Amino acid sequence: MPLPRLIPCLDVAEGRVVKGVRFAALRDVGDPVELGAAYSDAGADELVFLDISATLASRAAALDVAARVAEHVAIPFTFGGGIRTVEDATAVLEAGADKVSVNSAALARPALIEELAARLGSQAVVVAIDTEGGRVRSHAATRDAERDTVAWARECEARGAGELLVTSIDRDGTRAGYDLETLAELRAAVALPIVASGGAGDAHHVAAALRVADAALLASILHEDPQRLRSLRRELAELGIELRDAA
Amino acid sequence: MKVVICSYGAGNTRSVQLAFARLGVEALVGADAGDVLAADLAVLPGVGAAGSAMRALRRHGLDEALCERAALDRPILGICLGLQLALEETEEDGGVDGLALVPGRAARLRGGRVPRIGWAPLDESGETYWYAHSYAAETPAATATSEGITAIVRCGAFTGVQFHPEKSGAAGARFLAARCLSRV
Repeated sequence: MPLPRLIPCLDVAEGRVVKGVRFAALRDVGDPVELGAAYSDAGADELVFLDISATLASRAAALDVAARVAEHVAIPFTFGGGIRTVEDATAVLEAGADKVSVNSAALARPALIEELAARLGSQAVVVAIDTEGGRVRSHAATRDAERDTVAWARECEARGAGELLVTSIDRDGTRAGYDLETLAELRAAVALPIVASGGAGDAHHVAAALRVADAALLASILHEDPQRLRSLRRELAELGIELRDAA
Repeated sequence: MKVVICSYGAGNTRSVQLAFARLGVEALVGADAGDVLAADLAVLPGVGAAGSAMRALRRHGLDEALCERAALDRPILGICLGLQLALEETEEDGGVDGLALVPGRAARLRGGRVPRIGWAPLDESGETYWYAHSYAAETPAATATSEGITAIVRCGAFTGVQFHPEKSGAAGARFLAARCLSRV
């Protein structure tokens, strides 16, 4: 198995990194390239950029962000938000992203996963699954997708997904720890790498997630502060988690 | 120095070009067989599926240009799928004939999480690079492995890497500078 990965997640809108609590009142917290590069320097293993506005104007800005990140950051990154077609995904990868993440668009039309895998290869196709109580949520977790989480994960794998980004909605932003039970259940159900998301409050939570998942997505725990990533890496090392020597 | 990155619709050519730019080398991205033949170093990047990638290589006449380069002992770097396409065959997509620049075949990874995505050290040196693949080379030309999986291949003027040096941070840059550019 490759080494466990720490993946800072940056929410972007109109080309800027933003922060908002449950989509209320977005606050501008910086430039995605500057913050991405600083996380890379601080030892991030990959980065995820999520375009949370997904307006048409924002799509063009998102492509520009992907192109500028690729120029200045030499680690892999995933781009998600507003990707509905193979053309959308291809444009993002051609700009220099390594993976695309799809969520509601795949739930609405699961064949999209097959189309993306055929064109880009499975390794470039991340399906983001928002889950609560064993059921999948869609549309930024505002709707019940009427699917069982494990069954949907298996379907994603069968259709050619290359990675699952699993966010436990009931944990998201709570800092009470990842939903280890769901992660373990999914790990047993599919052979795909799993990225854990939602609930990280401290290094113990991240360490626990990395024992059942392949990677941990880090959002609010970092407070947009690359120094926090450095200290978290040190704390994880003390907890016996072997991370990449990023020097 | 003239570096040409083969563009055939199946590679992350921009990322590779940017990695060379960070090393001060302006690489040309193109599909012209003459350019590929004439370059000091030809890079065959590759992500995606083997079948469509091999068809695209042939459509652009790059298969012949690369074989001719290899016969003339002119350096080629194959990255990820670009390494697998240089083998005699890959079992991906129901079996696809490769360029046969390197003996051996690509087989689907068995065991572990597949695709194999993430950073892993070389078994020999401990250098850690980023991988994203579901198939791997089985070849007598392997010179380094990672978790027992072929990571680096050398055969004549051809160097193949299963990892992505262009996405492997400082370690990847060191690899490109020390083990590719210095040999040109």
